[in-house]
Amino acid sequence: MSMKNFIKSNLPAIAVVLLAVVFMAVGAWRGEIAVVLKKAVNICLECIGIG
Amino acid sequence: MLKKLKENGRTVFQLLYTAVTNGYIYGFFGGKIFKGKTKGFCVPGLNCYSCPGALGSCPLGSFQAVLSDRKFKFAFYVAGILMFFGAVFGRFVCGWLCPFGLVQDLLYKIPFPKKLRKLPGDKWLKYLKYVIFAVFVVLLPLTVLDIIGQGSPWFCKYICPSGTLFGALPLFAADEGIRGAAGGLFGWKTAVLVFLVLLSVVVYRPFCRYLCPLGAVYSVFNPIAFYRYKVDADKCTKCGKCQKACKMDIKVYEKPNDPECIRCGDCVKACPYGAICPSVKLKKKKSEEKQK
Repeated sequence: MSMKNFIKSNLPAIAVVLLAVVFMAVGAWRGEIAVVLKKAVNICLECIGIG
Repeated sequence: MLKKLKENGRTVFQLLYTAVTNGYIYGFFGGKIFKGKTKGFCVPGLNCYSCPGALGSCPLGSFQAVLSDRKFKFAFYVAGILMFFGAVFGRFVCGWLCPFGLVQDLLYKIPFPKKLRKLPGDKWLKYLKYVIFAVFVVLLPLTVLDIIGQGSPWFCKYICPSGTLFGALPLFAADEGIRGAAGGLFGWKTAVLVFLVLLSVVVYRPFCRYLCPLGAVYSVFNPIAFYRYKVDADKCTKCGKCQKACKMDIKVYEKPNDPECIRCGDCVKACPYGAICPSVKLKKKKSEEKQK
């Protein structure tokens, strides 16, 4: 499959990947990674049925 | 030996993947969880970040964590990760990269007198996962807030069986303090887990089919993902062998990119004409080589 055909047959997926990268960058810029990390490095009491 | 490995290639892959992404062995013995920086990134499958071995974060838990934080009204970072995995893999994640999917696969291997192809009401029940995503993952964490404006991860708290199995049970086993704090909520979550474990012996992947919000998200991407299936209309005779082989009961010859398809590859193997092929192909099928 040539690059042109690959792009043509995967156009929606390429668009979503590009949008995903923008979303991740915006989220990182807003400080969301810190929220994820803070939640993930402490035992999630709700997840294990305590909190 | 090699033949057996090849036959069970997906299970071997799932086991290795689960072992690698949950490789913090010390956590299982010490009743601790991993605290490294890799937890700032989400793994693609349903993998509780309170599993003692988890090296990454659960995308659903992280999504709810950001939404329920009073500073944010949308989780761009995790939404981006979900979109990325969705656009690249679609529900291949469910079939190959999800620890709880692996558990259900193994449970379904247990012999049972009458296995069911699907649950009664499957036609409607399969939409339940979208409702759970909208209500328990998005709406409730965003709108039900405590006095300081903080929400709760409702799906993790009341439904997620992965948290109970991979998080609660190992931690309870290793830490008496945590075990002592268990109450009614733990009883409820254990009941959900036991129900799904028993159901998984009879029906193939009931949690993925009817309840999993992560599967709901990835299912939307199935038709457009880089990894998808194609049916060669010239080769396909609509014999139905693909549907017979499909444990999710999908008419692959009509809808190769059905939202419910978890890309297990059973239909590809079952097709006697080599008519079904993944868009990303690692090697030529023997039947194709023979034709040439």
